[in-house]
Formats: sequence, structure tokens, C-alpha cells
Amino acid sequence: MFHRTKTLVAALAASTMLSSALFAGELVINTDTSDPAPKAAFEALIAGFEAENPDVSVTWNLFDHEGYKTSIRNFLTADAPDVANWYAGNRMLPYVNAGLFEPVDDVWDDNGLRDSLASAEGSMTIDGQIWGVPYTYYQWGVYYRKDIFEANGIAVPANWDDFLAAGETLKAAGVTPITIGTKFLWTAGGVFDYLNLRTNGYEFHMALTKGEIAWTDDRVRATMENWKTLIDAGFWIENHAAYSWQEALAPMVQGDAAMYVMGNFAVAPLREAGLTDDQLGFFQFPVINPDVPLAEEAPTDTLHIPSNAKNKEDARRFLAYVARADVQTQINETLGQLPINSGSSVGDDKFLQAGYEMLSTTDGGIAQFFDRDAPAEMAKAGMEGFQEFMVNPDRLDTILERLEKARGRIYQ
Amino acid sequence: MSTYWKKNQQKLAPWLFLAPGIFMFAVYVIIPIFQSVNISFYAWDGLGEAKYVGMRNYVEMIDDEAFFTSLKNNVIWLLLYMLAIPAGLFVALFLNQTVRGIRIYKSLFFFPFVISQVVVGLVFTWFYDPSFGILNILLMSIGFEPIAVLADEDFATYGIIAAGLWPQTAYCMILYLTGLNAVDPEQIEAARLDNAKGFKMLWYVILPQLKPATFIALVVTIIGALRSFDLISIMTAGGPWGSTRVLAFYMYEQAFSEYGFRMGYGAAIAVVLFAIMMVYIAGFLYKMYRDEKGS
Repeated sequence: MFHRTKTLVAALAASTMLSSALFAGELVINTDTSDPAPKAAFEALIAGFEAENPDVSVTWNLFDHEGYKTSIRNFLTADAPDVANWYAGNRMLPYVNAGLFEPVDDVWDDNGLRDSLASAEGSMTIDGQIWGVPYTYYQWGVYYRKDIFEANGIAVPANWDDFLAAGETLKAAGVTPITIGTKFLWTAGGVFDYLNLRTNGYEFHMALTKGEIAWTDDRVRATMENWKTLIDAGFWIENHAAYSWQEALAPMVQGDAAMYVMGNFAVAPLREAGLTDDQLGFFQFPVINPDVPLAEEAPTDTLHIPSNAKNKEDARRFLAYVARADVQTQINETLGQLPINSGSSVGDDKFLQAGYEMLSTTDGGIAQFFDRDAPAEMAKAGMEGFQEFMVNPDRLDTILERLEKARGRIYQ
Repeated sequence: MSTYWKKNQQKLAPWLFLAPGIFMFAVYVIIPIFQSVNISFYAWDGLGEAKYVGMRNYVEMIDDEAFFTSLKNNVIWLLLYMLAIPAGLFVALFLNQTVRGIRIYKSLFFFPFVISQVVVGLVFTWFYDPSFGILNILLMSIGFEPIAVLADEDFATYGIIAAGLWPQTAYCMILYLTGLNAVDPEQIEAARLDNAKGFKMLWYVILPQLKPATFIALVVTIIGALRSFDLISIMTAGGPWGSTRVLAFYMYEQAFSEYGFRMGYGAAIAVVLFAIMMVYIAGFLYKMYRDEKGS
């Protein structure tokens, strides 16, 4: 009898141990951070977390970018991981609305994140609750060939007239002012964002992407008019609709084009292609309307807990870990991006420093990006319209009417 | 029970043998067709609640430029893709000779069909590239302005079709090559005696014997034109500004792509595409039925 009980107890103990090993100790993380730098950053992040939490073993599933956008819908509903990466703003709205993300206000409260991550709280909040933890962001702006500017005696343009004059000087020297590749559309979205932010300001831009303002509004036309000035003056490289953003780096590397309106992730490939920090520079997108406070574009990447996650307890520990100042310093060093945590330090890379300074002094507001601020369908229709406009500026009326029609349908 | 079985054994047995096939066909083909038609009456993002909207998706479609652009492109694809049949026949006639090493030439001509459509798409993207593509280097060497084929709404679709014709011609060629093997040498001999040669020989003696090959070539070419998805996705992603989309690609974009997830509208497009294909499928089935009845 005694013997039997002992076996039973042993079996029970074994099964509890087994189940705790399976459920309490295993953390499944899905991310699409498959480029070299983000991959290395996540490897270090997970190794660091495991070292501090020896009772948790992390299973990490790495997806490619394009595949992730489709598979996240499947795995959130069917086979949810405990942590998944995604983006702030309107981009997470469908999942929040469908109840697939878990609110993590408690993680924010318990770890004082409302102070340390204060700058991103707005873009993480929907319906008064917080839906994830941001771990990195990066600035947008104008990346330019410093050496070409200097060779032609051009100072960094601070306002629209200087910018147009700089372009004329470059053209006279046989250099196309701005390179861009619009094959995959979103690059044109970035240009529109900046032109609209500088022409009409942050409030207007957000109202437009929220569908509260008509696309046929005169203020939108004013933005497009500024864009048309650049097109008519031959600022953009030819045949940009045939290139991806990476292919459009080539003219800049070869010195055939001098500027690129881009995110900070363009720096790494430009350096790899052989440009030194003496040849490559960054400046804030110039002022167009001096009455409008300067707003910037800085997309935020985030981590979330799916509602169907099995191990939410350890997932919360992981989010708290990622939010910590020293951890954000470390991963952003590897990513070559900016940490969200105000206690983190920024890498001494000159582009990071420039971006940090620009974003921390911004008083106009921080936009995510056209396809994160506007709902997906509107973003698609909009960016397709921008691409068409850049090639056929005379079709402006048709394009704006088409976008207005799309607005009427999408935001009902 | 057993008497019923004995009485109707002859009638029931075929159905029993067909049952597994019918079951699979129903689950994977027939039922999804009705499900698609059903979804096309809803507005649904694939995650939340589906909302019944009646015919609204179809009404929207009538007013949707992008839909008609895609439809027009589908027609262009169907028409121009047919060029693969005469081109394939020509290559097959050219290669149907006994020269030393002819097998190597045949394999080389067949090569584009063996490699993946994605690779074909990439190769042609570079071929058309406005700055380093060989097409524009050639154009410039004879004094023309370079053309960014894939970035120009007037040329892009034709550029993609040309890329598609490359492997499709190879496919038709191989069909005709096997067909030519089966041509009766005695008939050719007889036609020669009657002084037939050149085009007349081809038209009245060879081609009629190639009729089965032509029929298969027609079928695979139509199917190839309608499933022209990978090339578009690789070469232009539907652009510039949606001018190279075909219905299948537009459906994918609306229903499954990064900016889509309008399952209802996507399903409505699929239903229209299905209706168009149904015309062709019905014709095909009718011909099969007639042929089988005739023999």
C-alpha cells in the first residue's frame, strides 16, 4: 500500500513537473525580424532574457517580412505564440478590434512604463487601453550626399526656397536632385507624409489619414501643388516606378542623385555600398509653411501578447524585460535605431544622434507612417495614387476624386 | 437489405467506386465554390464578424476602375497568349529534323519551361531594366530613347505577356514535337506524289494530323493565360498604379495582400472570374462530350 502511494506521488510530481516545463517555462515568440541586424538584435535579446530567467526556455520562430503579414492573421487565431511583433498606430487596430491582442496596462503600471515609455503611449493606446510594448523607432528625413553638396557649394537647405534652389544647382551640375523607387508604393507615401506635414501640419495630416477630411480639400491640393513643383522641376529620377527602394539607392551611391527621402534603415545599405560618413549626411525635411510646427515621421515597432497565448505570465515578464532602459539601449545599438525608453542611451552613430536630437525636440507631433496612420485599404489606394501622380501630375483631379470615393467607402 | 443489394448491385457499384473521388471533389472544389459565392455577399475582414451587405460588393465592382482595368488585361492576356501556339509550331517544325546534336537544341529550346516562372520574371525584369537592361542598351545603340517597359502603363502588360510567352512557346513546342512524331509518313509520301509542298503541305496534310496536339496546346495556353499570377507579382506587383493587374491578381490583392483583407469583395471578383472561365469550361466539356459520343 505504502509502496503504491509512493509511486502515485512520484507520478504526480513527475507530471506536474512535466506540465510546468511545458506551460510555465516555455515561451514562444514569433517575429519577422529576419534582416541581419534585427535578427542579431533579437538573438541577443532572447539570450539575455534566458540568462536572467533560467526557468524559461524561449522558442523563437522567425518569419520573412512579407509572409509574416499574412501568417500573423492565421497564428493569432489558430496557434497563437506568447509574444509577437507588430507595429503601433492604426496598423494594430484590426487585431485589437477583433480581440486578438491582450491589453497590457498592468505591465506598464507595474514597471513604471507610463513614465519611461511616455513618448509612445499615445500610439500604443486604443480605447483607453494599452496593447503592447514598443522597443524601437527610427527617424525619417532627407539623406544626402554631403560631398556632392559641398562640391557644388550648397548649404543644407532649411526652407522650401533653399531646397528648390539646391535642386536647381544640382541639376545644373548634372545631378538628379532626389532618388526614389516607387515600385512598391510606400516610398511615395513617405514623401506625401512629409509634404503634407510641412504644408498643413500634424493635426491636419492625422485628420486626413483618419478619414475626417476630404481628399478633394483645397489643403490637400496645396500639398500636391508643392509636390508638383518638384515634379515639374525634374527633381525625381526618371523611371522610378520600375525600382524598389533598394534599387533606387544605386544612383545615390554612384553620385547620379544627391538626396533620398527615407527612413534611417537606408544608412546601412548605403554604407555597405561604400559611402563613408564624410560622403553621407542627414537633414530634417525643410520647412514649407513657416506657420506650421515641425512634425516628424518616426515609425515605432512593438511587441504584443496575443489573447490566445498559452504562457501569458512569462510573456509579461518578457515585455517588461524588453521595456527596460538597459535592454533597449543594447538592442537599438545592434538595430542601429532609437530606443523608446527615456532612460536608454543612444548609440554614438552620427545618424542616430541626429535623429535623436531631431525627434526629442520635435514640437509638432510624431506621425507613424502613411500606411500605419491610415487604414490599410486607404493606404493602398492613396499610395497607388501618389505613384500615378508622380508620373502623370496632370491627372491630379482624377486621382483625388478616386481617393475621395475610396474614403467614402472605407471609413463608413 | 441483401435482396435490395442483389437487385441493384449493377447500379450501385459504380457509385461506390466513385464515392471517394466524389467526396474529395465535393469538399475541395464544389463546396468552396458555393462558399465563395456566399462570402461575396458579405463584408468581412477575415477576423471579425461578417456583415451581410447583399449585392453591394457587385454594385461597387461596376463602379470600380481597377476591376475593369483587370478585366481588360485578362482579355489582352487571353488573346496575345495564343501567339504561343503558332510560335511553338514554328519552332517545332524547325527542330523536327535529324541533325547531329538536335537533342541538345531541343532541350535548350525547352529550357524556359523547366525553370520557375519566378526566375523567368526576374530575368525579364532585368532585361527591361531602364538603366542596365539589355533591351534598352540595344535601343540606345540604335539611337532610341530608353523605355522603362515595366514602369509605363502602356507597355507594362505587354512586357509581362512577352515574358510569359517565352516558357509558353516552349511548352507548345514540345507538344507539337511529340505530335510530329506521330505524323503518318505514308500520307506525306502520298501528298508528295500529288505535288504538295511548302505551306499547302503544312496546312492540308500535317496540321490536320496535329489536331490533338493543337487542342491540348490551346487548352494549356488558355489555362496559362488565366493563371498568369506569378509573373505579374514578380515583375510589377500589379503596378504601375495597378495598370497590370489581372482579375486573379486583383482578387488576391483585395482578399489576402498586406493592404487587403476584404474577403467579400475578393470573393465577388473570384465569382466573376469563375463565371468567365465557366464559359470556356462549358465549351470544353461540350466538345469532350461530343467527341466521346461520336466514337
